[in-house]
Amino acid sequence: MAKQHSIEVLVGAFMAAGFVALFFLAMKVSNLSANVADDGYRLTARFTNAGSIKARAPVSMAGVRVGRVEDVRLDKKTYQAVVTMRIDPTVDDIPEDTFANIFTAGLLGEQYIGLQPGGSQDYLRDGDEITQTQSALILEQMIGQFLFKKAEEGGK
Amino acid sequence: MANKARALVDGLLDPLARLGHGGLKALAGLGRAHLLLLGILAGSWDMLRRPRLLLAQVFNVGVLSVLIVGVSGFFVGMVLGLQGYYVLSQFGAKESLGVMVAASLVRELGPVVTALLVAGRAGSALTAEIGLMKATEQLSGLEMMAVDPVRRILTPRFFGGLISMPLLAALFSAVGVLGGYFVGVGLLGVDDGAFFGQMQAKIDFREDVVNGVIKSLVFGVVATWIALFQGHDATATSEGVSRATTRAVVHSALAVLAIDFVLTALMFGK
Amino acid sequence: MGGQQSTQFPDGVPIGGACDTVSGPAAAPDCLVRIRGLSFSRGAQVIFDRVDLDIARGAVTAVMGPSGTGKTTLLKLISGQLRPDAGSIEVDGEPVETLGRSALYKLRRRMGMLFQSGALLTDLSVFDNVAYPLREHTKLNPAMVRKLVLLKLEAVGLRGARDLMPSALSGGMARRVALARAIALDPMMILYDEPFTGQDPISMGVLVTLIRQLNDASGLTSIVVSHDVRETASIADYMYIISNGKVMAQGTPAQIAAERSEWVRQFMDGLPDGPVHFQYPAPSLAADLLVRGVG
Repeated sequence: MAKQHSIEVLVGAFMAAGFVALFFLAMKVSNLSANVADDGYRLTARFTNAGSIKARAPVSMAGVRVGRVEDVRLDKKTYQAVVTMRIDPTVDDIPEDTFANIFTAGLLGEQYIGLQPGGSQDYLRDGDEITQTQSALILEQMIGQFLFKKAEEGGK
Repeated sequence: MANKARALVDGLLDPLARLGHGGLKALAGLGRAHLLLLGILAGSWDMLRRPRLLLAQVFNVGVLSVLIVGVSGFFVGMVLGLQGYYVLSQFGAKESLGVMVAASLVRELGPVVTALLVAGRAGSALTAEIGLMKATEQLSGLEMMAVDPVRRILTPRFFGGLISMPLLAALFSAVGVLGGYFVGVGLLGVDDGAFFGQMQAKIDFREDVVNGVIKSLVFGVVATWIALFQGHDATATSEGVSRATTRAVVHSALAVLAIDFVLTALMFGK
Repeated sequence: MGGQQSTQFPDGVPIGGACDTVSGPAAAPDCLVRIRGLSFSRGAQVIFDRVDLDIARGAVTAVMGPSGTGKTTLLKLISGQLRPDAGSIEVDGEPVETLGRSALYKLRRRMGMLFQSGALLTDLSVFDNVAYPLREHTKLNPAMVRKLVLLKLEAVGLRGARDLMPSALSGGMARRVALARAIALDPMMILYDEPFTGQDPISMGVLVTLIRQLNDASGLTSIVVSHDVRETASIADYMYIISNGKVMAQGTPAQIAAERSEWVRQFMDGLPDGPVHFQYPAPSLAADLLVRGVG
């Protein structure tokens, strides 16, 4: 009986340790704790070039994550990328004239959407669109422009 | 002359015949394995009324494998931290070390290495145990006591493996992340916040963690099933049991790796 | 093997002789097991070829024969672990070869079988082994189980060994524990598979006495499969001698002892050469040594 009891205790400890490990993986290692669940409100923004933004890319404001990208689609009429974002419900005071940029975290990092708040007193509501956007910077284009400029300067 | 021609034809047909024979044998074995699985599953209701049997097997497969799984996980995590650091620092991206360590562990190494370890540690023990019970007529003895040995002996072992595997894999991954943290942050000086911050930003719960758990569940089924089948199908001699044990480890290792490829392609190959 | 044709038992032997001639203590000498036209083969090897056999209720019936004649197979056929190719096996009026699983399991609760190795569950103590069938098939309370187990162990003289693990038992003791387990559910019949093999004279004597005593005291029917001639003959009420898939002889031990056929005499008296040759069939020694000119 004593042996049976200690087996029970050990099995219980094992199961507990296993679940603690799973919990650790969920909360500490993965983004479950930072997950903006399905609540929150939607905003859209149009970009001429969405770069490598994909679903679940972070949306941040002043370096603080306030939501994530839900969907990226192509508008067939204007040939623009329509990015749908889900914003944390606690962040409910984003001014109407906010500016949406696509930034890159570091030289090789992933791309994210940065919001720069404007000064308006009217706030964006669910389903609104951010009208002022700046597309992703394409490295090759930038280098091309830079070289072109240099060449022009040299020509003078 | 006629004899020679005949010998030639036989020589040509012989390998073909052997191939066919081998194929049929493998197919018959596969059939027996599935019948056995059906029998095992049919006993699951019966097992629920005897939770003690299951408990003992979670002990055998799970608790007794904790040490080897935990220690291996820690070392694998440390190696990942070391290797990852050298590669990533060349690109100036050593802040991504946490991502690399955690992604490798949670997606691949956790489930796969745990399955291989469990197949070697617990699977071979299961095969040997069942094979010996067969060789010493214990299974026939149960049968003669009107007790179905598949339900009473095999079913609890099957579910013991099934339950233990994902928990062990989670332990492996968690301990591995700590091992990577120890080397990366503790020894090599990667920034503490970046290690976990980047990790949390990039590792997705559903995409990575849940898929890893699904993988280890599948491996748990496959490895335990193969071990039990080889034991149950063993020739009832000491030589037969030892051969079955080897076969169980080899087959489950191959099956785990092959299935891992298929699952990875299905899960992450978008 | 050579020589089986010399004393083939004539096909005119009275069928069911065992049940009529029994002189045991059984009150009603009727048939518990009735086997008719039993055929069984493993691959190309014919193990039984249209065998008829009867086991009388309440008697100790011995089935003897050289090693490899399928004596154990016969027990497996009777208990339904194997199915015959042809013929019928009736146990207590039930056709074993056609029974479904649950009916077979129900029948097996009324049978006990003593395996050659004992077949004790190695991870359970002696007590738990004997208690196993009781706990599986009855809803007796623990106190009752304990009483029954101790009584059964007392019957085989091992009440004091109840806390030992099977690995700590000698071969003879393991067989006695297995016997206690086999009688735990008070079966109507016990099948003994080579109970005397590899036993020292003392435990052999113990087992011989036990089989006879248990049979008479509890009104059991016993089938003893063995090739130990003397021990078996000393307790059997009726004997069958089988070889090469046929019944070579049958009768009470006295009848068998009086049997004059060469083959039966060789088997019963243990003569090294006779109808069954000492030599495995081979070409002549001279031919084997000379022809292959190795040197």
